[in-house]
Amino acid sequence: MSDEANWEDAGAVKRFMFVNRKAPHGTIYALEALEVVLISAAFDQDVSLAFLDDGVHQLRQGQDAKALGMKNFAPTFRALDDYDIDKLYVEAESLAQRGLSAEELIVPVQVVDRERMSALMAEQDVVMSF
Amino acid sequence: MRFAILVNEGPYQHEAADSAYHFAAAALAQGHEVSRVFFYMDGVHNANRLQEPQQDDRNIVRRWSELAEAHGTDLVVCVAAALRRGVKDEILGAGFRISGLGQLVEVGIQADRLVTFGD
Amino acid sequence: MLHTVNKSPLQTRDLDSCLEHLAGERLLLIEDGVYAAVAAGEASAKLRGPAAEGRVYALGPDLEARGIGHDALADGVEVVDYAGFVQLVAEHGPHQAWL
Repeated sequence: MSDEANWEDAGAVKRFMFVNRKAPHGTIYALEALEVVLISAAFDQDVSLAFLDDGVHQLRQGQDAKALGMKNFAPTFRALDDYDIDKLYVEAESLAQRGLSAEELIVPVQVVDRERMSALMAEQDVVMSF
Repeated sequence: MRFAILVNEGPYQHEAADSAYHFAAAALAQGHEVSRVFFYMDGVHNANRLQEPQQDDRNIVRRWSELAEAHGTDLVVCVAAALRRGVKDEILGAGFRISGLGQLVEVGIQADRLVTFGD
Repeated sequence: MLHTVNKSPLQTRDLDSCLEHLAGERLLLIEDGVYAAVAAGEASAKLRGPAAEGRVYALGPDLEARGIGHDALADGVEVVDYAGFVQLVAEHGPHQAWL
């Protein structure tokens, strides 16, 4: 607990990573994960988002869930910058496996290779996965 | 050490709620603190006191309530996820409360470890 | 960092993806994830590297529930109970769940 007290005294910031590995619409995980990301912006932490595996589908341009009567939340990723959340890491191997390129994504991202993604994960204080 | 736990799946359908409970109980038994269990997504159904499992099965909602009673663990149900699924104050088990998602981020900051269970 | 995988290796790619990102960290198999640790199963070969370095664990109560004896496990996989799970997170945390 003494470590915790020191941390509070220092007013330090924790590194939070939201790991997105699931495709949107088929399940609610992607949408409800994004709701936590938006709330986290109010806490002035060091927030980053990781997109890998089917999570990269969340960022595809041209999504339109209107016919399903579902919330079209992909455009919300564009608003993250307004919340000072600008670290969006997308794994190159996951894009390639799905025939996607960074140009087809709805928002500018940093494309990183798997090794870099692993290193980023290992640097975190808190990893949120859903 | 101070632990926080995130539960993303409902009771019975997935093992997640059981795993989370056993982890919390083991942490407490070792003298650690489990300051908060946050129930999100379908995890909000863990809080429903109207659950009536068969006699020979575990009662998941009651088990959480007993843990909160014995150890002061804060059982927080996400309001947005709960309303979406019809989980309201009038059906909450003892020790549960409904609050905002900020409670999850807050405990992520305050706890030494956040441990997540889901599917 | 402690990673957990809770799915059967033949049901999803969660174990594969976790291992692709494991680097030098530790892996605990829980719930249906424990099936990966069965020596006679194909998936156990994927664990060989980290298991040889003592970085792979399987949760005992989940093994027992599924009728998997400890003698059926791949070399190097260490069985822990829930108390051991808590210790792994305490010593090696943060926790990352591959859901």
